[in-house]
Amino acid sequence: MNAAWLPLTTLLTSLLAAVVIFTLPENARRLRTSANLLAAVGKIILVGLMAVRVSAGHEDTFSFQIVGNVDFVLRADALGVMFAGLSSLLWLCTTVYAIGYLEGSANRKRFFGFFSLCVASTLGIALAGNLFTFLIFYEMLTLSTYPLVVHAGTQKALDAGRIYLRYTLSAGVVLLLGAVLLYALTGEHSFSSEAGLGNYLADHRGLLLLIFALLVGGLAVKAAMVPLHGWLPRAMVAPAPVSALLHAVAVVKAGAFGILRVIYDLYGIELSVELGVTTALAVMASITIIYGSLRALAQQELKPRLAFSTISQVSYVVLGVSLFGPFGTIGALAHLLHQGLMKVTLFFCAGNYAEELGVHRIDEMDGAGRRMPLTSLAFTIGALGMIGLPPLAGFITKWYLGVGAVQAQMYWVVAVLVASSSLNAMYFLPILHRLWFRTGPAHGQGQWPKEQRLGRLETHGWLLWPMVFTALASLGAGLLAGLPFSPLDWASRVAYGEYLP
Amino acid sequence: MIWRFGLFDGTFEPLASTHWALVAALGLPLLLGMLAARLPPRQAWPVLLASVPVLASGLMLLSAYDQAGPLRWQWDIAGIQLSLRLNGLSVLMLLMTQVIGVAAALYTPGYLRLSEPGPLSRWLWPLMGVVLSTLSLIWLATDLLTLYAALELMGLAAVGMLMLSAKASALVAGMRYLLLALVGSLTYLLGVALILGHWGRLDLPGLAEVVEPGPVAWFAAALIGAGLALKAALFPLHAWLTPVHESAWTPVSALHAALVVKASLFILLQLWSILLPDAFYAPRVIAWLGMLAIVWGGLLAWRTDSLKTLVASSTVAQLGYLMVVFPLLLGPDVAPLSRALAWDGFWLQLIGHAFAKAAMFMAAGNLMLATGESTLKGVAGTSRRMPLSLLVLGVAAVTLMGLPPSAGFTAKWLLLDAMVRSQQWWAIAALLIGSLLTAAYVFRLFRYSFYESAPHHHYQPLAPGMDLIALTLALAAFALGLLAHFPLTLLHGGGA
Repeated sequence: MNAAWLPLTTLLTSLLAAVVIFTLPENARRLRTSANLLAAVGKIILVGLMAVRVSAGHEDTFSFQIVGNVDFVLRADALGVMFAGLSSLLWLCTTVYAIGYLEGSANRKRFFGFFSLCVASTLGIALAGNLFTFLIFYEMLTLSTYPLVVHAGTQKALDAGRIYLRYTLSAGVVLLLGAVLLYALTGEHSFSSEAGLGNYLADHRGLLLLIFALLVGGLAVKAAMVPLHGWLPRAMVAPAPVSALLHAVAVVKAGAFGILRVIYDLYGIELSVELGVTTALAVMASITIIYGSLRALAQQELKPRLAFSTISQVSYVVLGVSLFGPFGTIGALAHLLHQGLMKVTLFFCAGNYAEELGVHRIDEMDGAGRRMPLTSLAFTIGALGMIGLPPLAGFITKWYLGVGAVQAQMYWVVAVLVASSSLNAMYFLPILHRLWFRTGPAHGQGQWPKEQRLGRLETHGWLLWPMVFTALASLGAGLLAGLPFSPLDWASRVAYGEYLP
Repeated sequence: MIWRFGLFDGTFEPLASTHWALVAALGLPLLLGMLAARLPPRQAWPVLLASVPVLASGLMLLSAYDQAGPLRWQWDIAGIQLSLRLNGLSVLMLLMTQVIGVAAALYTPGYLRLSEPGPLSRWLWPLMGVVLSTLSLIWLATDLLTLYAALELMGLAAVGMLMLSAKASALVAGMRYLLLALVGSLTYLLGVALILGHWGRLDLPGLAEVVEPGPVAWFAAALIGAGLALKAALFPLHAWLTPVHESAWTPVSALHAALVVKASLFILLQLWSILLPDAFYAPRVIAWLGMLAIVWGGLLAWRTDSLKTLVASSTVAQLGYLMVVFPLLLGPDVAPLSRALAWDGFWLQLIGHAFAKAAMFMAAGNLMLATGESTLKGVAGTSRRMPLSLLVLGVAAVTLMGLPPSAGFTAKWLLLDAMVRSQQWWAIAALLIGSLLTAAYVFRLFRYSFYESAPHHHYQPLAPGMDLIALTLALAAFALGLLAHFPLTLLHGGGA
């Protein structure tokens, strides 16, 4: 039985939320908050329903014809539901956080409206059933994130927005060209078709390579792969919840997810290996991983350091994809989820330090563990996870990636993983040291840059609890990785579906 | 190619009710315009009431076409055979004209009330009626004489509308437009005279049978082409367009940019597909000019400081998209599939642009009316005070940029597909560069609107509905992207 309404309704919940928020007046704070939370919770339930349906073997599809050979298709398959689950879960957390973060500031209606649109686009990307549909939501994501990046309305924010558009819109044009070339070559090509593009290999090898380069080149901009990463550190001027969502889920993951779709569902992994593109991709990803870590090491402020860390971490996903074999794939997919959870935690923490204490620079963080223990604990969990310490979530993905590299006989990848982990340790451990072992304003030495007492606990409750939740989730994703419906379990399900027909 | 215009089929006799629908579609706008000159409406509701029969006539023609296929009317008047045809394309164009026309008319009372236009304002209504009636006639006419008369009348009425604001700059720009429009008509008429002298007939179906390629056909096509290109503001004959819009009233600009220039383009394509069915160079020249138009129009819009110039210059660039398609529509050696895709993409782009541009002029007009400023810097900070107008501008701009899920995107997709299949790499480059340029000038505008440190003007409140009308048009352009199947089905029915 095909429940076509399910993917459609899931998409419409956040679209509808956006419309409702735009029609409400600016100062209807209560109503807006209720609409936001209602939609977020409703969407989690719907995505949960989809997950149950997928594990029961259904693939709910909604489609209609747009023109000749082009259809609009939403399909709930295992990979899509995985990404949808991540984005809807983090949407709820980030919404709660954003409500607390933007308390009393201007233009909240605009913010939450575009925020909902942004999540709707992410969900559309997750559920898109063919390249055309994917493209629609991919560009929608670009447009709906722009107002969030420039939200502050300052010169710096507007400049960042301009850079962001320059990168993403050019990438969109490249992607569009690749998509049109592919459609002209093959006609309608659904992500769910088993055939892959192997039939075209004999006659159109060059064209297939060109199309691959265009598609992945276009997607790599959003995935912030070096040298196309320039927009991301600048986009840090956005409010903290936006950084959290952009970096953990929406934009960068959309790019990485698109690369997954291209390799697994469009070209097919065998063809990609045959064309030799996976090796090239692995090299690019490795360069990005090392370069991102090195740049992160050089940053003196917290948010830019996290941004460069994102650049490095997202390429783990791409690296895993380009290792031929189930372990690499599982590592890639699981990292998509794990990195999302950990990074969102870290950005929430950064936002809390900035809001409560006015701390932006790393050398101002001395002794903050005493003043804000929960936040610092969450930060520690996130940071150690990023480094890949067992039994945290990050360890599991690095382990799978390493095994995958050995299986694919690409031993140099192991060296990259080791180097990257040590670099991660080099830029995260000093922060942890400052948090817990140095003495600072909390011990009576000096003052915080701009301290506010936002709540009864260490900070405002709306800021605190989402962060605690995501920290626990990233802890749980590692500890309970063996349970059904854990990120690792779901990633394995997708991977075996890909390799074992 | 010419069969797509549906000139040959449909000898089917329409029903009596369809006759009335035709009369209403052609005559009612004119009649209602006259009435409104006598009793100028101050509110939107009388206009709404009056537009119901107009829209109903369009829908009746649509359903008649749906049931019976292409229709044809013929009259013998003093030995001259006049005929009108209604195929899928004409229905589509007619509906577009009526919807945008009604939207502009609904917008007008509020606009006039707020902008204190002076005593001439009542003449806007009959002129608007003339423009809408003649446009409807142009979509249906099948002979050169009717086309000429309708075109001339429409041009004169358009000039009148544009000059109504009676500012000195409007008069100067309007006089220049009038002069150029007359030159254009004259050139067109020369071409027509040549055709009449050589082949002795003016009806298009007949001409399509007798015309053979040769110097006469080429010369006539060149004359007609030049005249119509001037009227359609095709690059490089576009210079009159921006100054005219600069000082015109908002609903007038919306009608003019969305519909009036398109009519000349429609005639141009129709006549060239009779006179130059397989010409190699002529459509390519148009396409090259189109590429320049895309770049030049984009640069103009990018560099300007005036809101209205930005919107008007973007018309030049957007017409460039349509010009670039000409070799696919007219040239020899184009595969049938590419041609079919290009045909769909051409009209979808035209319709999408019409809706989006009308919406954009209205949204820009609303911003200017409310802030009292006409520069880009003047709208700084409006994202807080006038979010709805800005949203309309944004939605319309998405169509112009050709980003999904708008009609502009689907049209661009179709055109790119056609160009890839026929390997027109230059045209592809032009389209893609055009998208980026459009994004550049659109976001330059939005950048200003997000400034938080802007001074706060005194904002004049808008009449109710002014934003909603624009929003409806912008959303229509949006919806046509995903629901493109419906208009394109109409197009396909045209020649089958």
